[in-house]
Amino acid sequence: MTDHAKITAEGVNVFYGAKQAIRNVSLHVRQDEVTAFIGPSGCGKSTFLRTLNRMNDTIAGARVEGDVRLDGEDIYARAMDVVQLRARVGMVFQKPNPFPKSIFENVAYGPRIHGLARSKAELAQIVERSLQRAGLWNEVKDRLSESGTALSGGQQQRLCIARAIAVDPEVILMDEPCSALDPIATARIEELISDLRGRYAIVIVTHNMQQAARVSQKTAFFHLGELVEYGDTSAMFTNPREERTKDYITGRYG
Amino acid sequence: MTERQPTDWRAPAMQRRLRRRYAAERRFRLLGLAAILASAAFLAFLLVSMVARGAGGFVETRVALPLDLSDVRIEGARLMGPGADLALAGAGLENAVDRAADAAFAPAGGAAILSDGAWLVVRDAVKRDPGLLGRRTVLDVPVATEIDIARKGRGTPEAEASVRRLGDRLSSGLNTDFFAGADATDPTRAGIWGALKGSLLTMAVTMALAFPIGVLAALYLEEYAPRNRVTDVIEVSINNLAAVPSIIFGLLGLAVFLGTFHLPRSAALVGGLTLALMTMPVIVIAGRNAIKAVPPSIRDAARALGASRVQVVFHHVLPLALPGILTGTIIGMARALGETAPLLMIGMRAFIAAPPDRLTDPATALPVQIFLWSDEVSQGFVEKTSAAIIVLLVVLLAMNGLAIYLRNRFETRW
Ligand SMILES: Nc1ncnc2c1ncn2[C@@H]1O[C@H](COP(=O)(O)OP(=O)(O)OP(=O)(O)O)[C@@H](O)[C@H]1O
Ligand SMILES: [Mg+2]
Repeated sequence: MTDHAKITAEGVNVFYGAKQAIRNVSLHVRQDEVTAFIGPSGCGKSTFLRTLNRMNDTIAGARVEGDVRLDGEDIYARAMDVVQLRARVGMVFQKPNPFPKSIFENVAYGPRIHGLARSKAELAQIVERSLQRAGLWNEVKDRLSESGTALSGGQQQRLCIARAIAVDPEVILMDEPCSALDPIATARIEELISDLRGRYAIVIVTHNMQQAARVSQKTAFFHLGELVEYGDTSAMFTNPREERTKDYITGRYG
Repeated sequence: MTERQPTDWRAPAMQRRLRRRYAAERRFRLLGLAAILASAAFLAFLLVSMVARGAGGFVETRVALPLDLSDVRIEGARLMGPGADLALAGAGLENAVDRAADAAFAPAGGAAILSDGAWLVVRDAVKRDPGLLGRRTVLDVPVATEIDIARKGRGTPEAEASVRRLGDRLSSGLNTDFFAGADATDPTRAGIWGALKGSLLTMAVTMALAFPIGVLAALYLEEYAPRNRVTDVIEVSINNLAAVPSIIFGLLGLAVFLGTFHLPRSAALVGGLTLALMTMPVIVIAGRNAIKAVPPSIRDAARALGASRVQVVFHHVLPLALPGILTGTIIGMARALGETAPLLMIGMRAFIAAPPDRLTDPATALPVQIFLWSDEVSQGFVEKTSAAIIVLLVVLLAMNGLAIYLRNRFETRW
């Protein structure tokens, strides 16, 4: 375990009923880095991502084995409060899912339920700063009371990011945040990820090799529920150790 | 393997398939239209026939009665305050009215052509203007039901003869007693307000119980309960409960609320409790469907922000499901409003001559009142029955209008 490891996973297995979706995966997520998960569809990237904030708990029949720690604390321990864990480990979903409420309410919801703002003014400030960091402020500052669902897909996704960072989490998990976005919106979100790096530990699932190469420092390649290779992004993309990794990265596979 | 022939979209077989498809489309549209027309026709028939027969119930016939009240003696002070009714009754006002009618309408039938309640109209007029006691005057008072019906065109030959003799001394006016009064033995005095108030009190009890319990049960079953045998059994039971004939709920209410808990008979409280038993499963089913329709991604979004289960449910799921829940609730309530059988079982079929003031007062309800009136032999009640049906339909219409309003008001636009 390195000093900077924010999240450590050791020997993680995940089952959906009798079916095993993740096999004995161990990896560390560092505080100051962006970690990318890549791999063919159905290999278990989302599943593994969800073990990091216990979103698998909500899926009937899902079972997690192994040891996952946030700052050395076992997140599957009985004493761990799931509600607080999810506040500390934020998540952005593959499909934008803003609440059917105003843009302001979308962002203000998290701070409100966790009591992060002492006054209305402070709450408004949190909302503004979060929207600014998510690169959405200039587009929506005059229509904060409009419905979040009336935004375009890319704007919605940035709204979801703003909503996640408004809680001031320590880690942000992003499950294919750009899969439904055009190249311009994608570029903005990549820019955003680079801006957020250092402040938050970031884990991003992506199907886009260039994106992984551009935004991440560490890359994990999953295949059939196993972690095939994990290491520095630059090393993996230039000189993969495993044949399967090389095939996948070069597009000869999956 | 042979190569597939390129599809010929212009081949006759293709054209035939196309024609058949269009024909099927047309047939379906026609059938749908016919179904809509049929139901609209039924509704129109119901409305037209009810209004045609019941409109007269809102109108009463009055006769101009010349009165000489100079021999009714009473001190002015006794006309003030709550003792006035009793004082006037004791002073022989009713006799005076009868005598006046006998004198004025002798050939047409004398006092018999007046409604039993005619002297009450005189009494109220005297209370408003005590000066009437000393002088001669003419007052419009309601006529007996036979005359009333004859004037509206469906009377016996004798009554029609009386109507002809009375000529233009008869007039028509809005029957305010019908809207303000309760059941009575004389159809000209029978009113709907007692039954309507009974219905409203009953509905209030039903709503206060069935809505929160039904919604909480639906939320628990959808959001909390694990999926297993027990919840399956509960689900089947609730669905069954919704289909149980209402009379059985009446028997249940009779056994439980009257038999075990000894609550008062004929009370709106017991009626409300019984109908709540019946309405709750409907609300649970509607509520569960509305809750199921809330997209799971919203729940995930809230959970991922660190919302607890209760927060997810009350901040997100419930508000989004509310329009559906409300629609279901109002449909359930409308059904309860029209329910007769269970109320008969718990004794709400008694003759109740005063509108209920408290939940435990003896009461009746609109549909029961309609049932009771439709059973009366007197011609006058035929019209009252239809008029009461119109009132019931108006209340139902208002409830369904409210349902649509609430749905539009709370509906989330995505
Ligand atoms: N809720 C579930 N119930 C049962 N099996 C599931 C469930 N979710 C995922 N799986 C299975 O687990 C495996 C991994 O799924 P996962 O969603 O993690 O893949 P993924 O790598 O995210 O794929 P993609 O790139 O297509 O999103 C798949 O075989 C999938 O069928
Ligand atoms: Mg996925």
